[in-house]
Amino acid sequence: MERSEILKQFEPDNENMLNILHALQNNNSQNYLSEEDLRIAANYLNTTYSHIYGVATYYTMFSLKPRGKYIIRVCNSPVCNMGNSIKVIEEIKEFLSIEVGETTDDKRFTLELSECLGRCGKAPGMMINEDVIGNIDNVDFKSIFENYN
Amino acid sequence: MIKETRITLKNLGRINPESIDDYINVGGYKAFEKVVGRHHIEIIDEMVKSSLRGRGGAGFSAGLKEKFTSEACLRCEQKYLICNADEGEPGTFKDRIIMENDPHLMLEGMLIAAYAIGASKAYIYIRGEYYKSIDRINKAISAAKEKGIIGKNVFGSAFSVDVEVKLGAGSYLCGEELTLLESLEGKRGYPRIKPPYPAEYGLYGKPTLINNVETLATIPTIIEKGPDWYTSLGTENSPGTKIFTISGDVNKPGYYETEMGITLRELIYELAGGIKDGKEFYAAILGGAAGTFVNELVLDTPMGFDTLKEKGAVLGSGAIMVMSEGRSLFDMTNSILEFFKHESCGKCVPCRIGMPQLLHIMENLKNNKIGRAEALDLLLYESEFMAKSSLCPLGQSPILPIKSLKQYFENEF
Repeated sequence: MERSEILKQFEPDNENMLNILHALQNNNSQNYLSEEDLRIAANYLNTTYSHIYGVATYYTMFSLKPRGKYIIRVCNSPVCNMGNSIKVIEEIKEFLSIEVGETTDDKRFTLELSECLGRCGKAPGMMINEDVIGNIDNVDFKSIFENYN
Repeated sequence: MIKETRITLKNLGRINPESIDDYINVGGYKAFEKVVGRHHIEIIDEMVKSSLRGRGGAGFSAGLKEKFTSEACLRCEQKYLICNADEGEPGTFKDRIIMENDPHLMLEGMLIAAYAIGASKAYIYIRGEYYKSIDRINKAISAAKEKGIIGKNVFGSAFSVDVEVKLGAGSYLCGEELTLLESLEGKRGYPRIKPPYPAEYGLYGKPTLINNVETLATIPTIIEKGPDWYTSLGTENSPGTKIFTISGDVNKPGYYETEMGITLRELIYELAGGIKDGKEFYAAILGGAAGTFVNELVLDTPMGFDTLKEKGAVLGSGAIMVMSEGRSLFDMTNSILEFFKHESCGKCVPCRIGMPQLLHIMENLKNNKIGRAEALDLLLYESEFMAKSSLCPLGQSPILPIKSLKQYFENEF
């Protein structure tokens, strides 16, 4: 979608800034906020580039670097830690051959850590884009990841 | 056998959360319809009488908060109501359960609170990772607008209200009410100095009432059944029900809504099916990361804001993380401190410097550079200093788990 089409859905108020940044990031095929995205948003909201850059870099859900098609967020909070999330993270790193924060060569997956995702009843948990997957200790990651192409 | 008493989860599984008609068929929006025909002071009085205490963790009187916001100015041009749905306290997922299963109940509570304080504009600030909740809430708002329950002159009254959803983007700190306001205004999530409190100077400097999802979802039932009915539940100082989210080493982790005053033993052994793998109970962390460690001495203490406080513990958000024998308090403490370090915003020095300092002490302990007793004293000293000098509750939080370690596990940590 054209950026102008996205912006039109929101009033040009600063209170819509995070909603707008989410929408622009979701629209970006590389799952990130490009400099152009930020400039256009700043212009639309009648604020400075530096202000919007400050906001975008504060919140962990926004990335200023290109990412994969699917963002894997593994919960790394106390309850999931009890459920062996550290081992799980190592397994995913090995399976995808990337470190935390990196993207696979085929641009499919980016691995990130997240604070509590509110899935503590099914710890350890993770999200792949909007999907939530619980009890990920002792799972076959191949069978999970092959659903995301 | 202990049973659940459901108020905020009363419709769970009984209605289709995406159907407003389902909600209306079980009596939904009746309380709101009744309210708009009455004087707002009556509503606030009922809320004060109900003694409902904020379910976000702080436990302040929800009725008094409404009263203060309502009385902040006589002829205000604008007041705001904000639903704090930025749930992020580790071990807590009660708000998500409400939003995913009964979004209209929360919405009705918001509309009643907005009417009570005279707010024509309401916001739901919801964490960005809660996709399903966001979807359900958006659908609920659209449906309520279509029915004229949100909009101009609702139920033929003079009251008009609009509700909007604003997304968070992955910051624990934005769940703190003043930081939430900054975030909602389109800024970095840096805390404000308080006072002034939001009742006086909130969103855009206007009087603002900020309530947690669970608090708001309780309101329709209080209006429907009356404050006397509500105070007949729970304990004297903590009436009503609470959703407890139990995680960790139990057989049936999950959410349980019971009357306040239930004991930890009942929650763990009767509702959550006991400790996993037939092991013994070792410790529980009550209230989340910004919570307190307790041992078996607290198993029979009635769960309530004041009863736990007397034991040096907190109720907080209702999170209960259970550890069985063999679990390491060091690992858990380290995990909690790592969490705080990651979420510290860096605005004020005591928190920004203090968090890595606490982890440094942990590392020295791990490498046997210092002994256990010395490490605990150092942690206590640093976290006390942080609690006294940090701007916001984040920097004031590490003292909670650390002090409780000293109280309950001095010789085992």
